Amino acid sequence: MAKSSKKVPALNASSMADISFLLLTFFLLVSNMDVDSGLARRLPPPPQSQDQTSVDVQRRNLLVVLVNAQNEILVQDQQGLVVYGNENELMGSAGNAAMKDVVKAFVLNESNSAELPQLIEEDFGPPIGIVPVTSNHVVSIQNDATTRYSAYIAVQNEVVKAYNELREEGSRRYFGMGYEELSISQKEQIDKLYPQRISEAEPKNYGDQ
Amino acid sequence: MNTSSMPDIVFAILFFFMVTTTMRSETLMVQMKLPSATEVQKLEKKSLVTYINIGVPMDTRLGTGTQMQLNDRFADVSDIQNYIAQEKASMNEADQPLMTVSIKADEATRMQYITDVKQALRQAYALKISYSARKEEN
Repeated sequence: MAKSSKKVPALNASSMADISFLLLTFFLLVSNMDVDSGLARRLPPPPQSQDQTSVDVQRRNLLVVLVNAQNEILVQDQQGLVVYGNENELMGSAGNAAMKDVVKAFVLNESNSAELPQLIEEDFGPPIGIVPVTSNHVVSIQNDATTRYSAYIAVQNEVVKAYNELREEGSRRYFGMGYEELSISQKEQIDKLYPQRISEAEPKNYGDQ
Repeated sequence: MNTSSMPDIVFAILFFFMVTTTMRSETLMVQMKLPSATEVQKLEKKSLVTYINIGVPMDTRLGTGTQMQLNDRFADVSDIQNYIAQEKASMNEADQPLMTVSIKADEATRMQYITDVKQALRQAYALKISYSARKEEN
């Protein structure tokens, strides 16, 4: 058995490293890793006719969040109102409860108060079963034309935070684990239990009056 | 020292960057400081996202008023409908209902402007929106 004397011609590949380094530097420079993130919302479709623009909501089912031109925030339901001087006070200060707790108390209506949203029994499937929920509540965020965008986002953020905490608590109660660990169908169940019902109203010019 | 495996390693890193990279498609002409929020969600599929940039022009000769940038030029609120229609047409038909509009606005913008943009988006049936915000730890 003769050893093959035929040699494969060697290819000089020493410059390959240099070339790939060049390409690597190019992609390093043009790539941007930062992922855009934000608060997701769904807008209502445009009004088809004049009479369709307003929906009647019972007063007790409505939580009005008003942001005025001075970026002061007023949260009002039928039980009473809370005023926050600016967006930093939303976490709770000066004797006020945090806004997220006000929203949570409004959505839950644990005491079955007649001044908070109506509790309606609904079936959410196992393991939640039939529980009373405030499925008709609405959080209405209204703002002035000259409101600062950051104040508006801070308010939106607080409302979303309230819902997220409710969902987290519900998921711990019914499934015994955090919301993030749930399967997609379990998440849907929890989302149905605490649906985000946020209405963004047309702006009004309170500042001019 | 034996460096024969270096090209392999470099290629591996190169492929990683080639796959993860998204080319910067537009240069910003408005400057903005995004508002901060704690409950932000990541926008997943980049090909489904359309951006609306709102802020003060970087070129100080253009004044300090709020301006909007769509693609690579300044635009008016009335241009949004055309812009959305154009972006929608360039998408897959199956992806069109999933289209998300990311509103990247400066935190000092007046809400009047944002509301006008929102109304225009409603008219254009771009109903999935996202208020772009920085993640803030608390």
